[in-house]
Amino acid sequence: MPAVQETVERVKRIDVDQYRYGFETLIDSEKAPKGLSEEIVKFISQKKNEPDWMLQWRLEAYRRWLTMTEPTWARVEYPKIDFQDIYYYAAPKPKKAITSLDEIDPEILKTYEKLGIPLREVAMLEGVEPKVGEEDPARRKIAVDAVFDSVSVATTFKAELKKAGVIFMPISEAIREHPELVQKYLGSVVPTSDNFYATLNSAVFSDGSFVYVPPGVRCPMELSTYFRINERNTGQFERTLIIADKGSYVSYLEGCTAPQRDENQLHAAVVELVALDDAEIKYSTVQNWYPGNSEGKGGIYNFVTKRGDCRGNHSKISWTQVETGSAITWKYPSCILRGDNSRGEFYSIAISNGFQQVDSGTKMIHLGKNTSSRIISKGIAAGKSQNTYRGLVTAHRKATGARNFTACDSLLIGDKCGAHTVPYIEAKNSSATFEHEATTSKISEDVLFYCVQRGLSQEEAVGLVVNGFVKDVLQQLPMEFAVEAQKLISISLEGSVG
Amino acid sequence: MALLEVKDLKVRVEEREILHGLTLTVNEGEVHAIMGPNGSGKSTLSHVIAGKPGYEVTDGQILFRGEDLLEMDPDERAAKGVFLAFQYPVEIPGVATMTFLRTALNAQRKARGESEYSTPDFLKKVREVSKSLNIPQDMLKRGVNVGFSGGEKKRNEVLQMALFEPSLCILDEMDSGLDIDALRIAADGVNALRSPGRAMVVITHYQRLLNYIVPDFVHVMSRGRVVKSGAKDLALELEASGYTQFEDA
Repeated sequence: MPAVQETVERVKRIDVDQYRYGFETLIDSEKAPKGLSEEIVKFISQKKNEPDWMLQWRLEAYRRWLTMTEPTWARVEYPKIDFQDIYYYAAPKPKKAITSLDEIDPEILKTYEKLGIPLREVAMLEGVEPKVGEEDPARRKIAVDAVFDSVSVATTFKAELKKAGVIFMPISEAIREHPELVQKYLGSVVPTSDNFYATLNSAVFSDGSFVYVPPGVRCPMELSTYFRINERNTGQFERTLIIADKGSYVSYLEGCTAPQRDENQLHAAVVELVALDDAEIKYSTVQNWYPGNSEGKGGIYNFVTKRGDCRGNHSKISWTQVETGSAITWKYPSCILRGDNSRGEFYSIAISNGFQQVDSGTKMIHLGKNTSSRIISKGIAAGKSQNTYRGLVTAHRKATGARNFTACDSLLIGDKCGAHTVPYIEAKNSSATFEHEATTSKISEDVLFYCVQRGLSQEEAVGLVVNGFVKDVLQQLPMEFAVEAQKLISISLEGSVG
Repeated sequence: MALLEVKDLKVRVEEREILHGLTLTVNEGEVHAIMGPNGSGKSTLSHVIAGKPGYEVTDGQILFRGEDLLEMDPDERAAKGVFLAFQYPVEIPGVATMTFLRTALNAQRKARGESEYSTPDFLKKVREVSKSLNIPQDMLKRGVNVGFSGGEKKRNEVLQMALFEPSLCILDEMDSGLDIDALRIAADGVNALRSPGRAMVVITHYQRLLNYIVPDFVHVMSRGRVVKSGAKDLALELEASGYTQFEDA
């Protein structure tokens, strides 16, 4: 059997049926009734003890949503979603009010342990003083906010971050504790009317993370959120808002998993980033939602709106994403380059296998003077999947000296998958310099044969070649996650699960 | 027992027969040259021994130390000690040469049930060998063969040969695309690897290479068969008279 054929066969048998995060946690949960109505929106708001302005904001979004229709322009196909057949709120039933990590339901802690997210361990590290001559453990510490179905269950390192003045908490708490910040920035990057899914999110979002880094502060550790969908038929609508005030820096990572389910689950998140003068935000995603089984049944519909606003001069926002999961991905982390000399970056690895459909890319909207952006996209399609890069680079009339460099590379494994590149470029002034490079290649028989002749198995060879292909992007991930991401890439393409 | 026995081998590529019953026996310690005009099936032979996909063996046998090589996957053959130095070594962008060498070496050792090399031992070994082949350390940090010159690519093949210590080395047109200095460095590297426990099959169109790597036996291939075998002098004869005498054989 020719090498590539064999790889294709192997790829067919694997991945999706061996999704390693596909377990369900048996805990009591509290759910709102199925379906969506003003009552449900009020229910959610009430559950969260929200002030009235927040409820009004949600209701406005809900009423707007009723007038909107689902977008159909993406290169993805799926049966019509019945939005009345979804639970919009599910929360693990707390036995009592939680005041410390020790009071979290052990079942939930176990879940995160299985996922490799050491909530407890990380928290314990907190008290450890660095020994003389040892690397400062703070450098390796990661603050975690864990979101289980609709609710944030634990945020670690709160105290230490507070010392630095960094606010990192569930957004539901921020709405109560820092209303002035939330009111000022929420919806300022992705307005409630932005698009069908963002509007839906605005109406029903239940939790998510909130970060505020004060002027001149370099956030002392990586911030991280893990999202987990557990309940059946439950939509997850998290909302993330990150504000980097003047001259500050923050690096943030999100990870996502879900149990294996026959039915599809909806995930419609909104992420808003705001970078003021001289501030920098680095946002990394390792997305591994359940992709559906080998017949294309089940999996997460991932309809996400992510946008960063380089509001200040010399500000910088960098998106790095490793997308391996979801049945359908519809996602375009974008940058609005509003401030002069601001910079936007987008580094992406999107892997599709089985029957997955990916339509992802970015938008770089140059508004300020001398703004620059860089897009490096690596799409890998295997099995019967479809993988589309869709990107927009635009320079406003006043955005003199705008520069963009785009490189989109696609790698095909087998002959039943597809890779598509849809770039839109608009320059409304003559001083803009936009470069676009795109390649599509098949993983070559000759390269695979070379590797196996040197003793690598077929799978190791594919893993090696693919990891080489995505190396430029992997290097952009925080060190702690690059290794994990590399493993994930091998797992999504090979049978070496476990 | 012979190291390699090719018996009456018939091979097809897409319905067309390329090898029409080829027989060749190679013992440990021997260096065999296979010469012949373009299209005579030299490279096909090397590919089939190494297990490249796309070839259909319709008849005959290939035995390696008495074991049926055709039953083995290419990586199994590599672990058993079959090494093919490619005519056109491929580029693997983003994979550092050092990483590649180590991954491959450890994969072979693992397949043989041997322990993996420790990092210091591995580095020491690579340094030794690369020095003798005039391979600078920074070349090992670059992607496999990416941006390498023709000479560098071939030296990288010899480097791998030295690291993996195979018992059968097949050199496919090693001289193609090399100038005389590059050829000499590569050939010196190969000669250093000649040993009583190792055999080599040197495939070449030109006699030139055999001035540097002196064979024990020379075989002339034409139209998918070995048409003449002899000692090293046969190569010189061929250089003088050309391949045309065999075209109608």
